[in-house]
Amino acid sequence: MFSLGDLYQQVIIDHNKAPRNFGKLEPCTHDAEGYNPLCGDQLHVYLNINDDEIIESISFEGQGCSISTASASLMTDALKGRSVAEFNRLFAAFHHMATADLSDAPDEEVLGKLAVLSGVKEFPSRIKCATLCWHTLKSAIEHAADPAITE
Amino acid sequence: MNVNQIRQDFPILQQQIHGKPLVYLDNAATTQKPQCVIDTVRHYYEADNANIHRGVHTLSERATAAYEDAREIIRAYFNAASTQEVIFTRGTTESINLVASAWGNANVKKGDEILITHMEHHSNIVPWQMLCQRTGASLKVVPMNDAGELRMDLFAKLLSERTKLVGVVHMSNALGTLNPIESIIQQAHAVGAKVLVDGAQAASHVAVDVQALDVDFYATSAHKMYGPTGVGVLIGKQAILAAMPPYQGGGDMILTVSFDKTRYNALPHKFEAGTPNIAGVIGFGAAIKYIQSIGLAAIASHEKGLLDYASVHAGVFDGLTPIGTAANKACVLSFVIKGVHPHDLGTILDREGVAIRAGHHCAMPVMQYYKVPATARASFAMYNTKNEIDALFSALAKARAIFA
Repeated sequence: MFSLGDLYQQVIIDHNKAPRNFGKLEPCTHDAEGYNPLCGDQLHVYLNINDDEIIESISFEGQGCSISTASASLMTDALKGRSVAEFNRLFAAFHHMATADLSDAPDEEVLGKLAVLSGVKEFPSRIKCATLCWHTLKSAIEHAADPAITE
Repeated sequence: MNVNQIRQDFPILQQQIHGKPLVYLDNAATTQKPQCVIDTVRHYYEADNANIHRGVHTLSERATAAYEDAREIIRAYFNAASTQEVIFTRGTTESINLVASAWGNANVKKGDEILITHMEHHSNIVPWQMLCQRTGASLKVVPMNDAGELRMDLFAKLLSERTKLVGVVHMSNALGTLNPIESIIQQAHAVGAKVLVDGAQAASHVAVDVQALDVDFYATSAHKMYGPTGVGVLIGKQAILAAMPPYQGGGDMILTVSFDKTRYNALPHKFEAGTPNIAGVIGFGAAIKYIQSIGLAAIASHEKGLLDYASVHAGVFDGLTPIGTAANKACVLSFVIKGVHPHDLGTILDREGVAIRAGHHCAMPVMQYYKVPATARASFAMYNTKNEIDALFSALAKARAIFA
């Protein structure tokens, strides 16, 4: 059985207490709102993507549980300076990690620090907390008109 | 009242969750079911299953008798004047939608007002918003104070001859507040408004006498009263129900049908189109009988003891802010803890075997009032014990330590 310690690793506790890249980005080229109707978690992500498709700056604000806050904090840290193509690769890897079989170890080479969130898959009701920010960022990058939801 | 004996009636409570005894404190979401309700539903399917009000064969007669017996049990529990006033629905939500559609479409027009309160569940907000959109009526909201009590002074001011209906929750699911519905009904009637009371939370905790209250519509759900999910009741005054057009068309709600004209069935069948949740209704009756066998007064007194005990613990728990501190409340301890989001509390408590609700409790305006995204909520029922409240607070202490 997974223990609470697998979910609430120290890195997650730290990022929840002191989220990185927290706040509004003005001006920004892309932004989107994400919402988890089950929990009431609300998230807004902001990005500046340059002509070379590089994420020059990125931030988020909103309110949510420790998993959703830490996930957004870790995500923004991981993506600063990366390309949109790399975002797509990380999005797929993160999504796979959060929803894969328990026996399937996370691809730490691709995911790096983000692998600390792999514990969520043992807590099915919390998977959406970890993936909300990624879905929100995807709709920001794709300029989707509707707010992202995790359904 | 012997709680240990009552606990033996609930098979689900005899289990462990993550190696710890289950402490079920999510009763405001749904209550557990006693063996007698489970057995009644099972017996119906094993021995009596047939469609009702149709067949002349033995099973259909048995099923019809059991279904109509349940209607009488529920009539007596709420002291409705007649079984014609007892309409089975899918639950409180459908009961309210029935009134908002059938009564609302026929009686509400542009310029009219529907008055609800700030502490309503979404199910007593959205159907009225939809009615207002259809008709051009406007929705007014009675504010509440910081304790989570209705501002009765402002209620009186908002009430006018434009008010066609007052929709009010008897007991708030998010706060536990018991509202002064008697006074609300009297004042509403004085201006000619009808009153719908959402009794989803209250009906298993406080006695409800619809005639003494003189309430026009009272809605509740079986599953919050130790009965099955997917079944509830709308109790309405006969004269009002009789004047209302049907809600849904179909079988059972008609007397005769031709392509030219359909004559509708009498009450209560006019509002029960289609094959209903027969097993659910019969199980609902068994649940009411179970509550009556324990006694509502004894249940209420036990539950008050639990709430008082929990409130004392909450008052000395470092970092805990209670949400909803009405003078008159029951069975609900809603709170936030500094530095720990309610969802994290929910997960951590679950690992200790303690089931609570974390979220907006389908009452987002209440969350907006207190400027919180969500609360944690422990809610009590007749089978809970003080030991379980101790388990709740020791699990909360663990959660606080993880985030310290």
